[in-house]
Amino acid sequence: MQPSKEKLIEMLRSMLLARTFEEKLTELCQIEGKVPGMMILSTGQEAVGSGVCAALTSEDVIISNHRSHSHLLAKGADPKEVMAECFGRRSGCNKGKSGTLHITVPEVNALCTTTVVGGGIPIAVGTAFAQKYKGLKNVTACFFGNGAADEGSFHEALNLASLWDLPVIFICENNVYAGAQRYEEHTKVPNIADRAVAYAMPGEIVDGNDVLAVFASARGARQGAMLGLGPTLIECKTYRCRGHGEADKQLYQLKEEIALWKGKCPIPRLSGELLDKGIISARELEWFEAEAKETVEEAVRFAEESPWPEPEEALQDLYA
Amino acid sequence: MQQLTMGQAINQALREEMARDSDVFLAGEGIGTGIHASPVLPTAGLLRDFGPSRVKDTPVSEAAIAGLAVGASVMGLKPVVEIMFNPFFTIASDMIVNHAAKLRYLSGGKSSFPLVVRMKSGGGFSAGCQHSHNLEAWVAHCPGLKVVMPGSPADAKGLLKSAIRDPNPIIFIEDMILYFVPGPVPEEEYLIAIGPADIKRKGSDVTIVTWSKMVGVAMKAAGILSEKGIEAEIVDLRTLAPLDKETLLASVRKTGRLVVVHEATRTGGFAGEISAIVAEEAFGCLKAPFKRVTGPDIPVPFSPPLEKFYIPGEDGVVKTVMELF
Repeated sequence: MQPSKEKLIEMLRSMLLARTFEEKLTELCQIEGKVPGMMILSTGQEAVGSGVCAALTSEDVIISNHRSHSHLLAKGADPKEVMAECFGRRSGCNKGKSGTLHITVPEVNALCTTTVVGGGIPIAVGTAFAQKYKGLKNVTACFFGNGAADEGSFHEALNLASLWDLPVIFICENNVYAGAQRYEEHTKVPNIADRAVAYAMPGEIVDGNDVLAVFASARGARQGAMLGLGPTLIECKTYRCRGHGEADKQLYQLKEEIALWKGKCPIPRLSGELLDKGIISARELEWFEAEAKETVEEAVRFAEESPWPEPEEALQDLYA
Repeated sequence: MQQLTMGQAINQALREEMARDSDVFLAGEGIGTGIHASPVLPTAGLLRDFGPSRVKDTPVSEAAIAGLAVGASVMGLKPVVEIMFNPFFTIASDMIVNHAAKLRYLSGGKSSFPLVVRMKSGGGFSAGCQHSHNLEAWVAHCPGLKVVMPGSPADAKGLLKSAIRDPNPIIFIEDMILYFVPGPVPEEEYLIAIGPADIKRKGSDVTIVTWSKMVGVAMKAAGILSEKGIEAEIVDLRTLAPLDKETLLASVRKTGRLVVVHEATRTGGFAGEISAIVAEEAFGCLKAPFKRVTGPDIPVPFSPPLEKFYIPGEDGVVKTVMELF
């Protein structure tokens, strides 16, 4: 079943927002002292967050990782608050306590985000357990990378999710790299999805730069979970166009490889198709691009004008 | 008053809280159907009485068990999960230290994680160092966690009920020997607040601060000391984090002498923290140097005479107290 026009446009705008947001942060990180700490961007990988979140409801839960912006924005997080959090201001989603590394946005059910690689996977099993326990008609989508699939937590969690038929969709964003190591330098099986059979769950391989394919796969996995069929492992093949973080000069990534993958960019792949089919006009596309630019610029203004937290706030929010 | 062992008291606490709140569920290895079918063990009979949707036997997967607690609790459930023995905490430690303890703070206070992780610990069964290693100092060193270690059945029941109702992540460490030691427990419903220490014995000559299995050891030592004309005040911390500094310092100011007793190994043990607090805030009140009686810096040995050497006993406590006079 083809997604509706509204859904297609939702995915296009979602990817444009994520891309514009990440490119703006790349720019800002080149200015000394502008953004504290590390900056970990999902540039090039937007189809994964946008495609998956388009298949979810607002009540569904997402669990994210250190490369979270595209997930959070696609789930509906306020770009102003995400930007302010990256800037460390008290108006950020997490009052500056987190920064980019573990931004959570409970308001849009982005319930836990962790920078411990693989750390979100057992937590996603917990949220899915609660969804089943409470009889909710909801799923948990857990985002993690190819590196995380080598952590023990991945293996413990997938076995348990499968054993208990929990409504969790495990999304492996295979962007070829885990730090500076290429996939084949850290994992023996040809595909992460090959591991699904070890946990008695369906494993799918999807072109992670084709937002419609990601959407279809996620939607199917969600339906399966809602029918009580348990979890699915979806491996989205994509590419990390920037370094691990912005401080990473990507000396180990071949320029030809980066160029090759930029040629498979998810955004023109969708917009081109929508234009060809007359689903949107060139004018509308320009409008969507301008909208993303304006939204991100507003977010930066908001972040820059926001106050820093008071030092004593460091002592707050520890215990409930 | 009923006479219950700590294992039975914990069982009652779990039953009462599960009956009271349908969001409370248990998970752990062998907690429903276990390898030891003793009626005094904490989860005895719970699977039969509450069913498999609320009493979940898990695979051997400590990280998944602890992660289950983190994820379920942020959704509003009240997981009470078990890590079978304190030393196996290490396998669950990322979920507990980096997630359960920190995620509320990282959310800027938006999320809460009302979970309990129960662990059993302590020597006395020749279970060896990978079952008996007491690691309360590690978890007490994690801001964001509360750490409770009851020394009596009545305390265990009241504290566990409070822990289950507490909106914070709580590590509840139970002593294995105490599972089998009976004590009085009120018949009626009661809670004991997490935090306040309890003066188990009033005295004017020396303050003995302790917890868990060593409370009984300190009480025996106090009996021997009394015959020698020394009246010991025993402060049972019950909660290590947050620590009840007020009760601790008030007692030390009264007696002027302090001995801390813990079964856990000496170096880096929690006695160091207590002595630092007293040195910082009540140094002038001390009539004698601080002393501690602890397990030696070794893994817990297996052979009974070696294990007995490891676990502090009342004679060692008496000897150390006498050095202060």
